[in-house]
Amino acid sequence: MTFSHKELNYFPGCSLATTAKENNASLKHFLEQFDIRLTEIPDWNCCGSSSTHSIDSGLALALASRNLFLAPADKPLLIACPGCYLRLGDAKWTLNMNQAKRNKVEKHFGQPFQSDLQLLHFFELLADMSHSGLFKDLPGRLKGLKIASYYGCMLARPPRLNKMPNHYGLIEKTMTALGGDPVQWGFSNTCCGTFLSVSRPLIASNLVNRIMKAAIRSGAECIVTACAMCHLNLEIRCAPENRIPVFHFSEILSLARDGKPSREWLNRHLIDPAPVLKTRWQV
Amino acid sequence: MDTITLTSVSDNFVQAVQEKSRSDLSRCWHCLCCSGGCPFAKDMDFFPNVIIRMVQMGLKEKVLTSSAIWLCVGCNTCSMECPNAVDMAAMMDTLRRMAIEEKVTIAEPAVLSFHQKVIDSISRYGRTHKLEIMMRYKLSEKDFFSDMDLGLRMLSRRKLDLMPSKVKNKQQIQALFKLAEDLS
Ligand code: SF4
Ligand code: SF4
Repeated sequence: MTFSHKELNYFPGCSLATTAKENNASLKHFLEQFDIRLTEIPDWNCCGSSSTHSIDSGLALALASRNLFLAPADKPLLIACPGCYLRLGDAKWTLNMNQAKRNKVEKHFGQPFQSDLQLLHFFELLADMSHSGLFKDLPGRLKGLKIASYYGCMLARPPRLNKMPNHYGLIEKTMTALGGDPVQWGFSNTCCGTFLSVSRPLIASNLVNRIMKAAIRSGAECIVTACAMCHLNLEIRCAPENRIPVFHFSEILSLARDGKPSREWLNRHLIDPAPVLKTRWQV
Repeated sequence: MDTITLTSVSDNFVQAVQEKSRSDLSRCWHCLCCSGGCPFAKDMDFFPNVIIRMVQMGLKEKVLTSSAIWLCVGCNTCSMECPNAVDMAAMMDTLRRMAIEEKVTIAEPAVLSFHQKVIDSISRYGRTHKLEIMMRYKLSEKDFFSDMDLGLRMLSRRKLDLMPSKVKNKQQIQALFKLAEDLS
């Protein structure tokens, strides 16, 4: 199978541009190693985030639409944040299904909507890379690291979108292919609490600590997540006694590719991953 | 949890909610799968499926003043459990919107306040500026000390940027807020 995603447009989103810079940097670094070129879409704006979605659906659609109109349709648009992916995907769905709204949006931007713009989830890209054999030189690289895969709510979708491919198990599959040892545990799809972490911190910390404890009980040495928001919540709402390192999926992929962890990324973690990494790598 | 008492009943409430959320609530058979799967159900005053029941019964005020509609984060976990493809998250979106429009007492003002700070930030920069959102949120909640140590830890790890990441074309962002009114 030939690999078709060498050139992509890229939507990083607010988290990867700010709090989760290590997610952004490791993702770009990893893809560079395979000659996959990303072009950031110019002057992109916030996808709308769960806040606009929660209280102002019109604004959620308007914000997401600007990004859809900014992205050239000649290449797929890679979206690394699952939250942004859902927001942009939802807007695309609405514009394709609701002619009245589409008319208003097209009039606003003064151009037709590119209804076939392909939104590419980071998971789809990885699945494609893996099918195309790009990881075949990397077996054993993770040296049996015991990993709790954590998806949070990223694989859950509203009924209108639930026929889209889901890639459940992709973290486990990829980690195994790279020599990691994914554990079985019950919390891989439990939501991290998202914004309740700010306005109802107690609710979020109860939930986060249940998740972290379950990961520790499962025998995992670390958690791997594909969502920057989950990463932040797990790190900031975890009680000291339940701390277990949390890696961005992209960091672990880079670790497998390079054979060494990047100090720069690790320094941005609130739960120090160095002790776990030192069991197998030079840190 | 409260019991439901039928007091003031609004006849067209369920139709309005169904229309705005584009979800067919008559499909719900109250199996409670959603409430069993919802990570926040135990923190809500009414379980998610009970909210549906109350909407069906026309208990508008009780629904719009409930905490459940604000503690729902729209994670869609319930939709993965629901055998009847009820779009719970869309219903909750609609209910929050109605609660704001009808100016009822908001059960979780801190949640609403946070959402508004995020939207303010988007309106200023086109993107979210986390540090400023947190500061403004704390100011409005008059909560200056909780999470202080966390904030400092985040700053020292450079997780919180002092300066925002911004969209250059500010006019376009402002225009989106106008477009939004037209779309809702
Ligand atoms: S899971 Fe679906 S059918 Fe069952 S109670 Fe919830 S909304 Fe109703
Ligand atoms: S969408 Fe709302 S009701 Fe459904 S599981 Fe998530 S928080 Fe609970």
